Amino acid sequence: MPARARPTSPHLNIYRWQIGNSLSILHRLTGIALALGLLALCYWLVSLAGGEQSYAAAAKRFASPVGLFGLVGWTFAFLYHLLNGVRHLFWDAGYGFERTQRHASGWFAVAGSIALTLSVWALIWAGHRS
Amino acid sequence: MSLQSPLGRVLGLGSAKDGTGHWWAQRVSAVALIPLTLWFMFSLMALPALDYPTVRAWLSFPLSGFLALLLVAVMTYHSYLGTNEVVEDYVHSAGMKVLSLLLLRFAHVLVGGASIFAIMRVAFGS
Repeated sequence: MPARARPTSPHLNIYRWQIGNSLSILHRLTGIALALGLLALCYWLVSLAGGEQSYAAAAKRFASPVGLFGLVGWTFAFLYHLLNGVRHLFWDAGYGFERTQRHASGWFAVAGSIALTLSVWALIWAGHRS
Repeated sequence: MSLQSPLGRVLGLGSAKDGTGHWWAQRVSAVALIPLTLWFMFSLMALPALDYPTVRAWLSFPLSGFLALLLVAVMTYHSYLGTNEVVEDYVHSAGMKVLSLLLLRFAHVLVGGASIFAIMRVAFGS
């Protein structure tokens, strides 16, 4: 049969980019990042069980620039996934569907996760210096 | 009474009868992870240092070890459900889909199993 372009229904790209879909995509991306974080957590636990030397080697890797970048990134991914996840649970229970509520809770999840990530790492940094 | 033809029945056609199972398991594990993950984050932040003796002593404490074990188990399960959904949404060729889902399942059992075994080794002091 000759291949002929058939009319298709409107696809995703006709929709305007906005906060709702952006945060939904970010939820998925942070979820994938956290799935990879599971590997790091496993490595940390196995190194702890392995004894003082293996733990020191793992701790050194986590304290390296790449390691710290990962830890800060996973902190943000966790906090965003947590706040936005609670937002999803409220929707599942039937609350918060109004336009203003959706936008307010969305911005709250973004601002809250950034603020909490900064707070957590400021506390760690302050504790490390003292 | 079923309107399915006998042939359709033996071929196993029709609904898989577990459409809501995945969705519900994801929510239940999500709710369980709220206290577990927060406990983990605040416990680590409350430790005076993250060196070997301190962390080892903390995880050897029975309640910490028990909660860490629950955390790792539920988190691995939640991650498995979530990444499965991603593969089902974006991987369309049948062979690649089955292969990816198999690999995900093996990877999660491996990572979850190794983490739990490590926690138990610390908890039981070997």
